[in-house]
Amino acid sequence: MQLADLYRDVILDHNRVPRNFGAVEAPSARVEGFNPLCGDHLVLTLKLEGERIADIRFEGQGCAISTASASLMTEAVKGKSRAEATDIFERMHRLLTDDTADADDAALGKLAALSGVREFPARVKCASLCWHTLASALAVKDVQGHPAVTTE
Amino acid sequence: MNSAATQPLVLPFDVMRVRQDFPILAREVHRQPLAYLDNGASAQRPLAVIAAVDDYERHHHANIHRGVHTLSQEATALYESARDRVMRHINARSRNEVLFVRGTTEAINLVAQSYARPLLKAGDEILITHLEHHANIVPWQMVCEQTGAKLVVAPMDVHGEVHAEAVEALMGPRTRLLACAHVSNALGTVLPVRRLLASARARGIVSLVDGAQAIPHMDVDMQSLACDFYVFSGHKVYAPTGIGVLYGREALLERMPPWQGGGDMILTVSFERTTYNALPYKFEAGTPNISGAIGLGAALAYLGTIDLAAAHAHEHALLLHATKVLSQIEGLRIVGTAREKASLVSFAVDAVHAHDLGTILDQDGIAIRTGHHCAMPVMDFFKLPATARASFVFYNTYEEIDRLGASVRRARAMFR
Repeated sequence: MQLADLYRDVILDHNRVPRNFGAVEAPSARVEGFNPLCGDHLVLTLKLEGERIADIRFEGQGCAISTASASLMTEAVKGKSRAEATDIFERMHRLLTDDTADADDAALGKLAALSGVREFPARVKCASLCWHTLASALAVKDVQGHPAVTTE
Repeated sequence: MNSAATQPLVLPFDVMRVRQDFPILAREVHRQPLAYLDNGASAQRPLAVIAAVDDYERHHHANIHRGVHTLSQEATALYESARDRVMRHINARSRNEVLFVRGTTEAINLVAQSYARPLLKAGDEILITHLEHHANIVPWQMVCEQTGAKLVVAPMDVHGEVHAEAVEALMGPRTRLLACAHVSNALGTVLPVRRLLASARARGIVSLVDGAQAIPHMDVDMQSLACDFYVFSGHKVYAPTGIGVLYGREALLERMPPWQGGGDMILTVSFERTTYNALPYKFEAGTPNISGAIGLGAALAYLGTIDLAAAHAHEHALLLHATKVLSQIEGLRIVGTAREKASLVSFAVDAVHAHDLGTILDQDGIAIRTGHHCAMPVMDFFKLPATARASFVFYNTYEEIDRLGASVRRARAMFR
């Protein structure tokens, strides 16, 4: 178990300069993710055009793992269809929680950098918070034609 | 030198000798010697405690207050002598004032439900402070919801200090209860409890002190503090988890209804009527944590074998050293800079989140606490999501603190 496996360069970079940080204007969905154990807090906003995620942004407070995971996630799913994003979510879920999952899943690209989290069980939730928030945001939009959804 | 003869003799505290009493301190974490700096969350156990619990489990276990057989009598004697030990340690007037509970949290809930709830009317006030642990906030919010009473919060300043005047200014005609920490778990602040308790008593306000963080670091004397309830957990003072103490003034405990019904808290039961047992048993329904109580007795007995004044002086020296070492780190901010602090330092490091810091320090064998410390209002006050907290007791060393400093620097370099 090496620290460098957890804090890979990609992760340090996305923590230092998070991509898609902020809020989407007039979002189709807005969902908050909160980890009451550690205080990590994330607000995810996204805009759907038909089935496609046209824009997605996040803001909030979190550790390097949670910030980098959210940043990498927005990059990965932006422009994707809901079905494609759901597929990435499921692959990520396996990567983070299943020791036998392929740590070099080619379909995950840069996201595979988060595989080191598996060796640090106390930190898995840091990486997965944004993904569960995304899953919730996508599921919530099943109700077509409704105004922006919020957990508040 | 002849001046030496006129100075009080202060023997240096032998940390290395005392460390040998705590077997866990010899272990390694990630191939580094363990530096256990998370004592504010839970302190480690000396051999004396481990041996006392082991001896009880091997040779004396039976249920207490029930059997006429030998084991039950021995277990009862050990359990009750632990109560006597607690009574002496906190200088309570009577063993009837020492109730065994699961811990600080249960003790506060007991007082909230058994003392406050029957007494409070809509519009009455419970006064707490801004720096309380959630365990000294939520039970009062619950009882406020049940009774229509109001929770009033005394402020703290930017140093994390609570000023007696500010608390006294909020003691009004409807204030029924003052509940405050003796020492803040998130900041280390020592509150002016002696004065607050005297002020409360002068106004006829009943008081509860959360002593969880104070009991390991200072002498706590129930007869010199004008306090009605004082609560603490065993595991912060070298005893096992799951055992704690509610000290209550006897006259108040007598008037309070039992909190839980069951065995041990009764004298007679019929389907028409039950009469309750006398103190302290009235509040100890069900089979208690017998081995935990025995462990707590052993922990306090152990403290009796070391020079506590020197131990506490060493803890204070560790606080000063840690404050110095950490303040020299660029981008590090100490959170909680009260004039009087117990031996803990909460801090935040620029660009390094507390959880990342916790993981990096752990790789270096250093255990600290990271997070909101169950004191979210304190975190909100300082506009921080979390802090790192290093908390020391007498078995910690200067060298461990130096390692802490080096590891924090390493983390900072990593995230730069």
